[in-house]
Amino acid sequence: MNITKNLSESLFTWDSSPKSTGALKATRTFIWRTVQNTKNNLFGYVFEAVLSPVIMLLIFSYLFGGAIAGSTNEYIQFLLPGILILTVVPLTVYSGTTICLDITKGVFNRFRTMPFWQPAAIFGPLITDGLRYTIALLSALAIGFLLGFRPEGGLLGTVLAILFIIFFAFSVSWIISSIGVIAKRPESVSGSSMMLIYPLMFASNILVDSATMPKWIQVIVELNPISIVTSAVRGLMSGTATTAEILGGIAICLFFIFVFAPITIYLYLSKNNR
Amino acid sequence: MQYAIKVNNLKKSYNENQVVKGINLQVKKGELFALLGPNGAGKTTTIHMLSTLLKPDGGTVLIGGVDVVKNAKDVRKKISLTGQFAALDEGLSGLQNLMLIAKLHGYSNKQARSIANTLTQSFDLFEARNRMVANYSGGMRRRLDIAASIVTQPDLIFLDEPSTGLDPQSRIQVWEVIRSLLKLGTTVLLTTQYLEEADQLADQIAVINKGTIIAEGTPNELKASVGEKTLSFRLTKPYEHKKICSILADQHALSVFEDDDPLVFKIPVIETRLANDAIHTLLVNEVPLDEFALGEPSLDEVFLALTESKHEEVVR
Repeated sequence: MNITKNLSESLFTWDSSPKSTGALKATRTFIWRTVQNTKNNLFGYVFEAVLSPVIMLLIFSYLFGGAIAGSTNEYIQFLLPGILILTVVPLTVYSGTTICLDITKGVFNRFRTMPFWQPAAIFGPLITDGLRYTIALLSALAIGFLLGFRPEGGLLGTVLAILFIIFFAFSVSWIISSIGVIAKRPESVSGSSMMLIYPLMFASNILVDSATMPKWIQVIVELNPISIVTSAVRGLMSGTATTAEILGGIAICLFFIFVFAPITIYLYLSKNNR
Repeated sequence: MQYAIKVNNLKKSYNENQVVKGINLQVKKGELFALLGPNGAGKTTTIHMLSTLLKPDGGTVLIGGVDVVKNAKDVRKKISLTGQFAALDEGLSGLQNLMLIAKLHGYSNKQARSIANTLTQSFDLFEARNRMVANYSGGMRRRLDIAASIVTQPDLIFLDEPSTGLDPQSRIQVWEVIRSLLKLGTTVLLTTQYLEEADQLADQIAVINKGTIIAEGTPNELKASVGEKTLSFRLTKPYEHKKICSILADQHALSVFEDDDPLVFKIPVIETRLANDAIHTLLVNEVPLDEFALGEPSLDEVFLALTESKHEEVVR
């Protein structure tokens, strides 16, 4: 190993003036990074994003379908929009663990001493996560079609529903990201996020119509943001969405973004890593 | 002359705990400056303040004449930091890690790839460049980490304990990398717990303990400050340190230091005659001497002498 010779030769082969990198280029670079990461771990990703919704759909529609809705075919009409949400929301945990890993590994410290537009380190991964949500949603939807799901809202309703779910997942990502900045270890990000997500998802109208529940639970379930979003998605896909349902769904997403995006970015930029 | 780093009365506390207590440093351009001290001495906190990561509670830091608090962004263009733990993305290959840093510095995809390829060659990582970093050894990670620091050829590199946790072979490779950076004219500030590392690499050493600098100078000056020579002797059986101390302090005003080995003691002496006298006195007092030697003091002894004398001051 003749480092000195190699280095002094190689160092003069490229332009050495470091520039500060703008928002667009920095964000694009972080998207590139997370896409490479996903590619390098394609098997794990496919397993989580594609296989798990498939398994959930099969279990819920065949195991519970008869008991809950009388027949599997009828249940899938009700269930599929909710399963899409059940598929995507746990994927938002990645947004938190990515940030937390960077902070615990010290990558964050290196980024912080570099002259690029700092929020890119948060925006980039979130945009890639959006791509991952899309792939997971489309594969869950495809399985739904195979199992007999037919959206009465037609193509337009389905496309709008998918776009809306991605928007919702993006807004949840911000909550999880803020946990990712605060958490001491990546494992505690997934732990505490799941503690937050799963009770909300099961105490919702994803699996069962809230009309069948006792009154007091009904109130809780109907106030649950996941239920509001699920109703909007269900409405879009069946072509029965009311303006109130859609506005309610969008309001929840905007609320999450306007509250948690500034919090996350503030916490990230002011974080002192000891 | 303009210094690469000029630190004036730097202070930092966490809650009630004062970690850095008014440090002054001046690092000349192109030199390797070592901040030497034990765990918890305040080395990493100092480096984090110097590299814009942490805001000081008091004092000023100028990097190439630019203030780190008032003008962090300009400072970031001049420096690069290699932290205590390899700052790499485990899910990317070595090549992709270097490309990431190059792209964040504004290079195009094509330029980034060529820079990354060249650097993996220079750092003996070319064969492994497409493997995931998760499968790299400690030494390979460190080299990749340092390679990532020089993507833009910064004027100043901070290396926080670059060889901690490495095997001797990898440590020598990392030293070689550091020496090559110096030959290119880069200023390096490194922290280390290893006196040998500072002795091997540094032009200038500052010894830091409990948040204050207790000594500063070239490796030779630090050695000389303790005494020109060191008399070390080994006993045949255990003997009380205090007794030896009192014998030599009474008769020759010499101070005795213990070694890791309980049978070995070390005494800094200004001239050879004193070593002769000390041996004579020990023999007269029937201290069970086995063997003895007179040599240059190691930095270990320097450090021990400096921290012990500080300790005594505190006790008094």
